[in-house]
Amino acid sequence: MKSKRDFTGFLVSMPGILWLTVFFLIPYIIIIIYSFLTSGIYGGVELPFTLEAYSKMLINAGYWQILWRTVWISMIATLICVGLGLPAAYFIATSKHRNMFLTLVIIPFWTNFLVRIFGWMVILGRNGVINSFLQLLGLKEPLNLMYTPGAVILVIVYMYLPYMILPLYSAIEKFDFRLIEAAMDLGAKRTQAIWKVLIPSIRGGIGAGVILVFIPALGSYAIPDLVGGADGAMLGNLIARQLTVARNWPSSSAISMIFLLISTLGLLVYLRINKVQSKRRVQVGETYMKEEED
Amino acid sequence: MKDYSVVLTNVTKIFDNEFTAVDNVSLKIEQGEFFSLLGPSGCGKTTILRMIAGFEDPTSGNITLNGKNIIGTPPNEREGNTVFQNYALFPHLSVFENIAFSLRLRKEKEGEIRRKVMNMIDLTKLNGHVDKMPSQLSGGQKQRVAIARALVGKPTVLLLDEPLAALDAKLRQHMLVELDTIHDEVGITFIYVTHDQSEAMSISDHVAVMNEGEIIQYGTPFEVYESPVNAFVANFIGETNFFTGTVEKVEEEYFMLDTGRFGKIWFCKDMEVKIGQEIQVSLRPEKVKVTKEKPIAPQGVKINILEGIVDETIYLGSQTKYTVAVGDHYLQAFKQHVRYLLDEVIITWKDRVYVWWFADDSYVLREPGGVPVEE
Repeated sequence: MKSKRDFTGFLVSMPGILWLTVFFLIPYIIIIIYSFLTSGIYGGVELPFTLEAYSKMLINAGYWQILWRTVWISMIATLICVGLGLPAAYFIATSKHRNMFLTLVIIPFWTNFLVRIFGWMVILGRNGVINSFLQLLGLKEPLNLMYTPGAVILVIVYMYLPYMILPLYSAIEKFDFRLIEAAMDLGAKRTQAIWKVLIPSIRGGIGAGVILVFIPALGSYAIPDLVGGADGAMLGNLIARQLTVARNWPSSSAISMIFLLISTLGLLVYLRINKVQSKRRVQVGETYMKEEED
Repeated sequence: MKDYSVVLTNVTKIFDNEFTAVDNVSLKIEQGEFFSLLGPSGCGKTTILRMIAGFEDPTSGNITLNGKNIIGTPPNEREGNTVFQNYALFPHLSVFENIAFSLRLRKEKEGEIRRKVMNMIDLTKLNGHVDKMPSQLSGGQKQRVAIARALVGKPTVLLLDEPLAALDAKLRQHMLVELDTIHDEVGITFIYVTHDQSEAMSISDHVAVMNEGEIIQYGTPFEVYESPVNAFVANFIGETNFFTGTVEKVEEEYFMLDTGRFGKIWFCKDMEVKIGQEIQVSLRPEKVKVTKEKPIAPQGVKINILEGIVDETIYLGSQTKYTVAVGDHYLQAFKQHVRYLLDEVIITWKDRVYVWWFADDSYVLREPGGVPVEE
């Protein structure tokens, strides 16, 4: 009986598994293999197997600089998203017009990703909206807003904020606000109640939002490419440059592996938090069964 | 001069400028008593509780707690704590930490916290559950944690908002007894909100029966059951038979009412009545007797005897509930079974019976209205 159900489940999940195997797992295996091969003279890869791609990367100071920049830009952008997303999600979840606000959060997705980055270039550029306005107010030299890490962070926050707001919204929306009343009844000020009761209760949503922002931010390519310049280049740009300009496939594959490593680490942290929660859920089930026996 | 714990003076609460939840309520709750606010859902009882707790401010009127005006004082600065309807336990904290919550906010010493929480664990019989998470607890255990959490900070008033509503009947009875024990032990004022009259009756010192934002009657459980002021209270607290009619004859101790439906019936003159006056009387079913033989009235005692046919019997073990059709109308009679199968000739459906009661056993409703009288 049970094995039959398992078999049906297997059949149903087959297309999905197949899809991921063909388009995700196999390409990744190819990348892993490439990262251990020798670079061909005209691009591509050739034998023999070597650790050269990794060793060259590890002794390159420029590489370390970009890696470090990628991590801190992503972290700061994620933190800003949490800071902006929490109050916004709280406001939406407790508003009478939540559907309207949710739609407003999603509306930017209707415009193409690249178009929106170009939009920011128009705003931040040397002769852009901000600088023109400031010059009207008497500023002599235009500010260098473009091609800085700051510009990259700004645009990443802008792009990925909805991915933070949506899981936070769904967590807060499920939150029982009587718990805030209970905390205040027991002597907590409103801010204390929010820190001690609301935030811990929605940590699953915070975790999901952090993952949804941090990992895509790590993999940013178009944003740093268009508004980051040399000072704002990230790992994604490095991978692309190694592949297209330097035609060094093993090197770009090796960098991809490092990228995979960092994002996996992030995911592991998230899963660990989740595991603690689901373990509790399992225990609940056991308690109920015990009660029935009594 | 009595010592009052909570005093409400002409308190009115209007929501959104249109819905009057609480209408000019005045109430004095004594220090250390078990007080119940009883009424159907939407009668304003929870709103009163929330105003005492500080979650709502009255639109007008005044509330004092231990003699101090508390209007405008936020809930975290009030000396009352609440046990919420669905417990409102913090899901991310263990039983111990839930109970310790208020003590940690006050930054008490770790040893003190431990001692106080453990006292509460003993009081509420939660030993063995200290490290569990709320989601691992049964309904009754959650209830105990909520009570312990509210009591640990030594409030002067404990507010209970339908605390037993989510429990099954048997557990409810059990928790009720335990609540009573806890009340005796901590000695503070308990204000208990419920729509279940039997809960309120069984443990309260005083009860306020509410309907549509107003307090209809205040008194001891005995008073509201035996002397309801109007048809609403009589009907809400237990079951009852109503008689309506005009007074036809007045004697020293009794008066005769022309009820129309049941003919002319003698009732106890527990208040002054005049001939021709319209009056409504309540007669509790347990005071009505059903027999196959015609009863003989003892010397000097007035009884009313009606003839009817048993329309319905509900056997409950300890008692049987009879509905007897007298003409086109019905009377309720409860018979307590006090002996083992020997106390009576068995009466069943369609039997011709006499329904009778002592004229002294009725109560004249002082106020009109409440519930439509004709079924």
